[in-house]
Amino acid sequence: MPAIDRRLLTHFEWLLPLLVLAVAATGILTIYSATWTPAMTGPPALAMRQLGWLGAGVVAMLLATSFDYRRLDHRAYLVYGLCVAALVAVPLMGTVGGGSRRWLRFGSIAIQPSEFMKLAVVVLLAHYFARSERDHHSLLQVVPVLILIAVPAGLVLGQPDLGSAALIGVVSLSLMLLGGVRLRWFVLLALPLLAVAPFLWGFLKAYQQQRILMFLDPTKDPLGAGYHIIQSTIAVGSGMIWGKGWLQGTQNHLDFLPEEHTDFIFSVFAEERGFAGSCTLMLLYLAIMLRLVVIAVRARDRFGLLLVSGVLGTIFWQVVVNIGMTTGLMPVVGITLPFMSYGGSSLLCLLVGIGLAMNVSMRRFLF
Amino acid sequence: MAFRRFRVVPREVPPALVRRVVLVGVVAAICVALLIARLWFLQIIRGSDMRATSENNRIRLTRLPAARGLVYDRFGDLLVDNRPSFDVVLVPEDTRDRPQTLAMLARHLDEPGEDLDRRIRAPSRRPPYAGIIVERDVEWDDVVALETHQLDLPGVSIQVQPRRSYPYGPLASHLLGYVGEASDRELVDDPRRRPGDIIGKGGLERVWDDELRGTAGGQQVEVDALGRRVRVLEEVPDVPGDTLVLTIDRDLQTVAERAMADHRGAFVALDPRNGEILVMVSKPAYDPNLFARGIRAAEWHELIADTWKPLTNRATQGTFAPGSIFKVAVAAGLLAEHVVTPQSHVFCPGGTQFGNRWFRCWNRNGHGSVDLHMGIMQSCDVYFYLGGQRLGVDRIAEYVRRFGLGFPTGVALPHEAAGTIPDSDWKRRRFDAPWYPGETLSVAIGQGYVTVTPLQMATVAATIANGGTRYRPQYVKRIEAPDGSVRREMAPEVLGFADVDASVLDHVRSGMRDVVMNERGTGRRARVPGIAVAGKTGTAQVVSLSEASGKGGRERTRDHAWFIAYAPADAPTIAVACLVEHAGGGGGAIAAPIVGEVLAHYFHRTLGPERPLDRETVHASN
Repeated sequence: MPAIDRRLLTHFEWLLPLLVLAVAATGILTIYSATWTPAMTGPPALAMRQLGWLGAGVVAMLLATSFDYRRLDHRAYLVYGLCVAALVAVPLMGTVGGGSRRWLRFGSIAIQPSEFMKLAVVVLLAHYFARSERDHHSLLQVVPVLILIAVPAGLVLGQPDLGSAALIGVVSLSLMLLGGVRLRWFVLLALPLLAVAPFLWGFLKAYQQQRILMFLDPTKDPLGAGYHIIQSTIAVGSGMIWGKGWLQGTQNHLDFLPEEHTDFIFSVFAEERGFAGSCTLMLLYLAIMLRLVVIAVRARDRFGLLLVSGVLGTIFWQVVVNIGMTTGLMPVVGITLPFMSYGGSSLLCLLVGIGLAMNVSMRRFLF
Repeated sequence: MAFRRFRVVPREVPPALVRRVVLVGVVAAICVALLIARLWFLQIIRGSDMRATSENNRIRLTRLPAARGLVYDRFGDLLVDNRPSFDVVLVPEDTRDRPQTLAMLARHLDEPGEDLDRRIRAPSRRPPYAGIIVERDVEWDDVVALETHQLDLPGVSIQVQPRRSYPYGPLASHLLGYVGEASDRELVDDPRRRPGDIIGKGGLERVWDDELRGTAGGQQVEVDALGRRVRVLEEVPDVPGDTLVLTIDRDLQTVAERAMADHRGAFVALDPRNGEILVMVSKPAYDPNLFARGIRAAEWHELIADTWKPLTNRATQGTFAPGSIFKVAVAAGLLAEHVVTPQSHVFCPGGTQFGNRWFRCWNRNGHGSVDLHMGIMQSCDVYFYLGGQRLGVDRIAEYVRRFGLGFPTGVALPHEAAGTIPDSDWKRRRFDAPWYPGETLSVAIGQGYVTVTPLQMATVAATIANGGTRYRPQYVKRIEAPDGSVRREMAPEVLGFADVDASVLDHVRSGMRDVVMNERGTGRRARVPGIAVAGKTGTAQVVSLSEASGKGGRERTRDHAWFIAYAPADAPTIAVACLVEHAGGGGGAIAAPIVGEVLAHYFHRTLGPERPLDRETVHASN
C-alpha cells in the first residue's frame, strides 16, 4: 500500500459521502418502519441487517478511495470477467427468492452478482471509451461493446430480473452516448429491434407482460395487477404535506403496499413523511447527482470522467424509474431506490461507486 | 512494471465531453423537478382525496346487529331466545381472485359454487366493503376449517351473530311468527333497515318488530389488505330489543297442541274477563327455527307448495262455515227481538218444508216439541230454521255482528280475516241479486255464505261468557326494557257490547251449559270433573246438504267439527273455540273431547308445575 499523499487528505471529498449517508440513514429508518409490526419487541431484523450492510459499505467505500482509480482502468476486463463468472454461477448454484434465482449464498450472507455487474459494466465502458483518440463515429467500433453489454444483460434477464437488465441497458446506452457514439447509430440499431419486438414480447414472463400492460391503464383491473400502482399512489398522496408520521403509515402497515421494503420503499417514506419529506429526499438525490456532475467535469482524465458519469447514470436512472413507478408515472419494473431500498449488494455496490467518485475527486490534481 | 503503470498520458478532457456531462446534470435537475411536481400533485393537490381513500381502504364500518328482544309466556317461560351463530361473511372488494375464492369456499361449505355466486350478486344496496353473508349458522367444523385457511381465502371471515331461536320448535309457531333477512322491498319500506338485517316476517315477530328489533350498534374496524380485522377503532354498542311478556300459557298451549294431535285446525283460548289469549294453536305448524337459520330454497318451496298451507294461521286467517255454533248468537237475536220467548215451542219432525225444498234437521227422527233451551242443547236445526225465517237475514246479521262476527277481531296479527256475515245489502253488492228467503234458513244454522275464524268464535264465546262485553283479543301482557323495567303494561281494551238484556244471555248460557252438562246435550264429551262447562257443538258442512254424507268420502268434502266453550259456567275464566278441519265427524265427537282435555289441564294442571290461577298476582320472572 502506497503512503498516503498529504494532498489526498486536503482534497478529501466530504460532501458526497455526507449526502449519501443522509439518504442511507433515512433508508434504514424507512426499512425499519416498513418491516415493523406492533407485535415486535425489538427492532426489525431487516433494518438491523441493512445497518450492517451500511457499515460494510462505508468500509468498502473508503477502500475504494485508497488506491489510484487508474489502476481500475487496466483491470476493467478482469472486473468484468469476474462478474460475468459470478453471473454464470447463479443459475448453477444460486438461491431462489421471490420467483427468480438471483443470489449466491456464502454462509449467512447472500450476494447478488447482478448488482456488482452494474458497476462492472460502468468500469468496462469507461475503460473502453477512455481509450479512443477520436470520438466514436464508426458503427463497427460500437458493436463489440454492444456484445460485451448484451452478455451480462441477457444473463440477468434470464434470472429473471427485468429491472436490473433494463438498468444495465440504459446506463450503458447513456455512457455510450456520453462517450461519443452518435445517436443515429442507436436509431439505426433500434429499428431492427423494434421489428423483433413482438418476438421478444413472447420471451417475457407473463407477469412481466402484465406489468407493462397495466402501466398503460392501471385502473382497468384495480384488484389485479394494477392494484399495486393504485395502492402505491394512494400511499404517496395520503402523506399530504407532513405525512402520517414514522411507523404510522396505514397503507404500509396494513399490507396494502407490495414489496414495501424494497421496490416500494419510497411509498412508505412518502406516506409517513409527506411532501415535506419526499421533496427533501428528492433534493438530496439532486444534490448527489449534481455533486457527481461537478466531480466528473473536474476529473483529470476521460476514464475518471466516464467512471463518475457511469455512477451518476446508475443513480439517475434508478431514482427516476423507481420514483416514477411508485408515483404511477412508470410501469412496475423491479428497480430499487438507491441507498434507500433494502438490499445489501445494491447498497454495497453503490457505496463502492461513490467511493470511486470520491477517488476521482481526490486525485484530480495528482499527476 | 512501474514505468508501464501510467502508459496512457493523462490529458485534458475534451470540452465536448464536459458539455455533455453538464447536460446530464441539467437533465437530472429537470427530471427531479418533474418528480417533485408529480409529488406536489399527489400529496398537495390530491392529498386530502388520497388521505380519504387510504382511510376507506383500512376503515370498515360494521354493523353490530342488536339482539332481538326475548319473548316469555305469562309465567316467565322463555318462548323465543337468541343464541350465537357463526356466519360466513365475504367482502367482495377484498378478494383477489373471486372465482377461486368462491370455489374454495364452496368446497369447504359443501355447496354448489353457483349458489354462493348468486348470493354475492344479490344485494343491491350494499355499500362498498360491506360484508355479504354467504352462509348462515355454519357448523363448528366448518368454522375451524375456514379459520385455518384464512390466508387462502382473502375477504372471507367468520362473524358471530345472535340468531333467533325457538326452544319449543313449532309450538305456537303461527303466533310467534318467524324472522328472515329483509328483502329489497322491505328495505325500501323502512329506511332504518340495512341489507342483511334480520326482521320479523310473520306473527308477533313481524307485528312487534319495532319493539323487538332494538338498535344496531356499529364498529369502526381497521382491516389489512386481506380484509382481516386488525383492531377496533370505535364502537357504539348495540341496544337489545325489548322483551315481550305474553298472555300465552305455555303449558296450556302444549296441552292444546297435543290434544289436537294430527288434526288440522285451530284452537284458541281467551280469558273472557279481559280478552287475553291463553292459547293459539294452528295446525299443521312449521318450525320457525328453519327461518332463523336462513331457510333453504327447497325447504321454502316445500312449505309453500304444501296443500294444507302450514304457514297460514288458521286461528286468524282461516275462514270456515261455523255450522251450529253460530246458533248461540242467532238465539240471542231471537230473544232480544222477541221473535221467540223462552217458553215458546216449535215442533221438529226432522225437517221443514220451505218453498219447494225440504230443509232437514241433523236429527232425521226429529226433536219433537222444542223450545230455545232445547234448541241450543240439542242443536235443533228446525227451531232455528223457523226462528231465523221470522227474524230475517238482516237482523240475524245485526245480532251476530254484536258478538264480533263479520269483521276482524282487531288482534295484533298480520292479515287477519274478516269472515263473512251475509245480509241483503251484501248480496246485492256482491252478486247484484236480491236475497232469497230460502237462503235465510241456511244462514240461521251457520251455513250458506257464513264464514268465521276460530278466533272470532272464541270472542263470541267470551262475550257470551262475560255478559256481553267484547274485548280486543290480546296476547302481549307487558313490554319490558332489556333491564327488566316495565315499558308498557297492556290494559284490556273494550271494543263493544252485545247490547242485549242480561236475561237474554242468561237463557243462551243456560242452554250452552246443558249442551255439556245435560245427559241429552250434544257436547257431553267436553266435561271436566268438578267444573261446570258450557259450550256448543258445531258440524259445518263443506258441500251442500244434497251431496254425499259429510262423514266419509274424500277428505276435502268432509265436515268441519267445531266446539266453543267457556268455564266455569257460572263465573267463566276461560273461553275457547276449537276447529277440526275436515274432521269426518261431528263437533260433539271430535272437537268437544279436545276442549275437555285442555280445560281439564287448565283447571287441574295435568301438565307441568302447579301454578296459581290468579293471573293478576303472577309476575313473570326473567
